[in-house]
Amino acid sequence: MTTLSLAMAAVVAVLYSVGFYLLLQRSLMRVLLGVVVLGHGANLLLQLAGGPPGRPPILDGSTDTAGMADPLPQALALTAVVITFAMTTYLLALGYRSWVLVGHDEVQDDLEDRRIARRRTVKASMGEELVDRGDEAGVDPGSAAASDDPVAQAPAGDRT
Amino acid sequence: MTASMLPALPVLLPLLGAAATVVAGRSAWAQRAIGITVLSAVAAVAVVLLVMADRGGPVVAEIGGWPAPVGIVLIADRLSALLLLISTVVTLAVLVYAIDQRIVDYGRRTASTTFHPIFLVLSAGVSLAYLTGDLFSLFVAFEIMLAASYVLITRRTDATRIRSGMTYVIISLASSLLFLTTVALVYAATGTVNLADLATRVAELPTGLQTVLAMLVVVTFGIKAAIVPLHFWLPDSYPNAPAPVTALFAGLLTKVGIYALLRTRTLIFPEGHPSTLLLVLAAVTMIVGVLGALAQNDLNRLLSFLLVSHIGFMIFGLAVSDAQGVAGTALYVVHHITVQATLFLVSGLITRRTGTVSIDAMGGLAKRAPLLAVLFAIPALTLAGVPPTSGFVAKLALLQAGADNGPGTAVVAGVVVLASLLTLYAVVRVWVRVFWGEPKEPLPDPDPHDDLVVGTARTSMPMYAASAALVVVSLAIAVAAGPLSGITSRAGDDLVDRTPYRTAVLGNGGAP
Repeated sequence: MTTLSLAMAAVVAVLYSVGFYLLLQRSLMRVLLGVVVLGHGANLLLQLAGGPPGRPPILDGSTDTAGMADPLPQALALTAVVITFAMTTYLLALGYRSWVLVGHDEVQDDLEDRRIARRRTVKASMGEELVDRGDEAGVDPGSAAASDDPVAQAPAGDRT
Repeated sequence: MTASMLPALPVLLPLLGAAATVVAGRSAWAQRAIGITVLSAVAAVAVVLLVMADRGGPVVAEIGGWPAPVGIVLIADRLSALLLLISTVVTLAVLVYAIDQRIVDYGRRTASTTFHPIFLVLSAGVSLAYLTGDLFSLFVAFEIMLAASYVLITRRTDATRIRSGMTYVIISLASSLLFLTTVALVYAATGTVNLADLATRVAELPTGLQTVLAMLVVVTFGIKAAIVPLHFWLPDSYPNAPAPVTALFAGLLTKVGIYALLRTRTLIFPEGHPSTLLLVLAAVTMIVGVLGALAQNDLNRLLSFLLVSHIGFMIFGLAVSDAQGVAGTALYVVHHITVQATLFLVSGLITRRTGTVSIDAMGGLAKRAPLLAVLFAIPALTLAGVPPTSGFVAKLALLQAGADNGPGTAVVAGVVVLASLLTLYAVVRVWVRVFWGEPKEPLPDPDPHDDLVVGTARTSMPMYAASAALVVVSLAIAVAAGPLSGITSRAGDDLVDRTPYRTAVLGNGGAP
């Protein structure tokens, strides 16, 4: 079993908390930074799993490996670094795509989910806020406004 | 090549095939032929592996000639070979459906540059996840699979759909980084990432540390498998992909999470008695999923919630954690991969006939499309577990396991019955509203050249044939329930015993 030094444990803890905090943000750019920071934290932890920093690398031909760095976590971290790097790039491309398509990079609410939740609060101002779902459902806005009307909706569900 | 390298083929062939489809990017037919040939070959290899594993124990391939626990091993035991087989068959059917949908929408000669390579890469990732005997390779397998799925779900996206794609990517990335953390902590604690080696090493750790690692594993794979408090991303993201992609994801991706959970729970963190935490999670997942489904109006979202609900069934077998329960889960996974993929494919066909995903806007489809009505009814009843179908066989296995293990599991077995009845209610309600009642006019497709915007589109024989083939597979599971449950119960015995797996990987040194 490997033990961590306190300084390193603190660094990993800070990276994780910052990473998860940023992941919870709305803006995709912050989420991206969160993934980067969290990825650094995970990779650092993977490195530390091989022993404390500062050990010499393993030497070819040497039989006494005591005190040398464990090469396996380094190999694992190398793979993981490549993977997190690739994913970061992909997320960056996705954020750009979102910016081109939507005009901003905020991750929005699930509309269908909101709509079903709103069925419960029928009395709350019904018509207006539901009209915006028309194009999303793939039907023309006129009929969407009619069929998505919560009052018309609920009895239809009960009848069948 | 020797027989001992056989487990490498299901990973190698799709990757080589993916490369070949990139090279053959100009020719649509070459791409299609490569995809179908490769997946058929993988299915054949899976059959051979299953027979070999069932007759003579797990088949092990040492990659690069390094023996375990130092090198990476690929291992096909009964469970992984069986799941590999059923997954490949489903993937093949989905590929046929996807190819034909493309032909119907765009004509014979055009090809998509990304679809075929990515599809095969996803298949390679799934195969690697089933076959690997190494925790870090499992992480890599998940990354291969998920990276391919990110591309498939966000490919040719539009303003309304990119949101769900982003949610999916972010959640998956977060769970992958948690998985990486788990790998790091496991290595720090034990000094190995080989699953067979971990089986003994983890048992030597202090109990508290074991619990922490076990919980991390449950959370990591729980996100991937969409267990209920960690399921929110699934009904949001899956329904927004094109039908074949959704079918593939719903059939395979969550089930790979279940497989990973099954493998790690039985091999590394065996409890020897029913796990209270997992029992509670299973019950909550079953109920929340099916109640969520009842509230939905969007057909694909409804099916996604049912998928979440049925993840609970699989967790239940795992929670019982004796040979019988684990065998029940294995059988349920086989059944569910087939039936869930079929339902999403058929839902794609329904959408193309009615031009909408809203159940309220559908009606009277049985007269216009009787074949479709049959194709929907059989998997729907199978999912609910009506007696002669494979769902009944699988649920019976789970219920028997639950009834034999004390009052706690018996109560959750009652929840299984309740969730099955609610599933039946949910699918019958869909049936009544979609296929019976007043026929409604199909809604026209606002943009025929965009396969993401829902609207009426033509359907073709091969699309029906691919869906029908999966229906036949699920019926065949019911017909072959005897031999199949024989294999799964032997697989369950092996998983709980752990010795066959460890001896196969480590040789006699694996004996405790």
